[in-house]
Amino acid sequence: MDLTAINPAVLIASLMVAAVPIMLAATGELVVEKAGVLNLGVEGMMIMGAVYGLAIAVEAESPVVGFVAAAAGGAALSLIFAFLTQVLLANQVATGLALTLFGLGLSSLIGQGYVGIKPPPTPRLDFGPLTDIPVLGTILFRHDPVVYLSVLIIAAVWALLKFTRAGLILRAVGENHDAAHALGYKVQRIRLLAILFGGAMAGLGGAYISLVRVPQWTDGITAGAGWIALAIVVFASWKPWRILLGAYLFGGITVLQLNLQAAGARIPVEYLSMSPYLITILVLVIMSADRGRAALNAPAALGRNFHASR
Amino acid sequence: MRRRTLLAGAALGLGLTLSGTAMAQDKTKACFVYVGPIGDGGWTYQHHQGLLAVQEAFGDKVETAYQENVPEGADAERVLTQMALSGCDIIFTTSFGFMDATNAVAAKFPDVKFEHATGYKREHPNVATYNARFYEGRAVMGTIAGRMTKSNKIGYIASFPIPEVIQGINSSFIHARKVNPDVTISVVWAYTWFDPAKEADAAKALIEQGVDVILSHTDSTAPLAELAKTPGTIGFGQASDMAEYKPSPRVSSIIDNWAPYYIKRVGAVIDGTWEQADAWEGIAGGEVEIGEITEAVPAEVKAEAEAMRDAIAAGSYHPFTGPLNKQDGTPWLAEGETASDGDLLGMSFYVEGIEGDIPK
Repeated sequence: MDLTAINPAVLIASLMVAAVPIMLAATGELVVEKAGVLNLGVEGMMIMGAVYGLAIAVEAESPVVGFVAAAAGGAALSLIFAFLTQVLLANQVATGLALTLFGLGLSSLIGQGYVGIKPPPTPRLDFGPLTDIPVLGTILFRHDPVVYLSVLIIAAVWALLKFTRAGLILRAVGENHDAAHALGYKVQRIRLLAILFGGAMAGLGGAYISLVRVPQWTDGITAGAGWIALAIVVFASWKPWRILLGAYLFGGITVLQLNLQAAGARIPVEYLSMSPYLITILVLVIMSADRGRAALNAPAALGRNFHASR
Repeated sequence: MRRRTLLAGAALGLGLTLSGTAMAQDKTKACFVYVGPIGDGGWTYQHHQGLLAVQEAFGDKVETAYQENVPEGADAERVLTQMALSGCDIIFTTSFGFMDATNAVAAKFPDVKFEHATGYKREHPNVATYNARFYEGRAVMGTIAGRMTKSNKIGYIASFPIPEVIQGINSSFIHARKVNPDVTISVVWAYTWFDPAKEADAAKALIEQGVDVILSHTDSTAPLAELAKTPGTIGFGQASDMAEYKPSPRVSSIIDNWAPYYIKRVGAVIDGTWEQADAWEGIAGGEVEIGEITEAVPAEVKAEAEAMRDAIAAGSYHPFTGPLNKQDGTPWLAEGETASDGDLLGMSFYVEGIEGDIPK
């Protein structure tokens, strides 16, 4: 095996790209969970975003329009979840799972006419001479706009939750919805907005897969990325910057295992393919081992429905 | 009133179905089982072109049916049984992994003809197999790859460790090395026939390793889409022409042309002359075609590749001609000796010069 063939700068650059879909989806889910709602439908919303993004981008011949449509599509699907859990007070776990199954089926139906079609390319941002800086240029300045956007969104979510009144209200709703209600906050409306944001982010993440990473449509293209995003929220113990860390870790192992294979590592392929998932499980186990701390970070009202009359 | 309307409707519907079956009995029904979607732009797309050619050739005399995205495994058996029950006279199963399912279902329906692509099991008289000598096409692609690579590293996205794929890797490598003694090959096993995300990731990893020519043995156009993002890298259409990636990164292609075989076999069913067979045609028989070599390839390389193609077609050259050693250095073919079909069909080793192991 020739490990020197693996260039660390290139590896880091491509793990940043590989991490984008799960990072976007996990950021959205973090906000949803911070508001006290557990939406297990991330996978379904991602794949809807993937199919909408591709279909609209192909029709409009513009990746930007595709990304916007994907966010709208993900949000539209999350509206179903919001209606069922916030208005009809359905069980959040069951509704989320149903949303995933529904999204997988519906996306397959919509995607029928788009299999194998090339979407319009998403251009890289042009940083001019910065691109040519050795190592740093490769890592930082050769990406498409969505890579930077995903980091910006994490920063924005972090600042919003930590420094603003809106963030405080959102957290209050997630920690104790009765108290928030007593203070006069519209619990359901706030949660609805959080769910819509989560849907839009998942949709964006999905579209990144079908418009940039693959770029094509095929049934089940997200291949479980939504579930990884859910795991990363727990891994990050509901802290925005740790989502970045978790996503880069997962993306890094995904990229590294293929690079190891291409470099001729004498490790059975099956182990390499399962390694990103193994590491995710391992980290979750380590995180949950310290029960007290993990439980402290979880929003107290997570997964509990709220009804004003109670 | 309402109930009566319903009943009448049901009766009408039943009548229609019955007359439908009665009509179908005059027609020969040819059915196809696909492992991927028709829109894959590669393997399954070409089989579907074959179906369309059958329909075109026989018109009203045949009826065709197909099922896409059939997983290799228990589901395949269910789909095949369903097809046999629905009146199919001949069923083409178009992936290696349908081999056992095809034979199992064939045992239960002795009157239905089964044709299995790329397999070797014919356990019942109503099972035939057919394949194409893809390795002949790989010899041409390998020649272009060896001449075109600047980094002297070529990549191969392999699907499953089965003889057909190993023939392709060996043939590509032998011919790349023949024109460029410094060339090395990196093989990535994707363990799928069709998963664009995985294929794209594999292509990306290979490019990151400095590979600048990629051959793929999976069914989608995703590796070419990935190559298109990196200037200076090239690839080839696999199974289908994949012309939308012309003139680069797709510089040439291996096209599977199943139409003549399908027309011949369905015709045999109509005439009642169908017999078990084992077909394995290559460039000479027209089953393997070499797609247009684009202007991205220098004229002399193009001429060399075309000469290779013509020599194989004429039968004057066999892609596996000695002297060739196995990976561990033990002799396989002596000077001038060519590989037998039996050797090729059971091929489970790399030739000398390829690094890495074939997964078990």
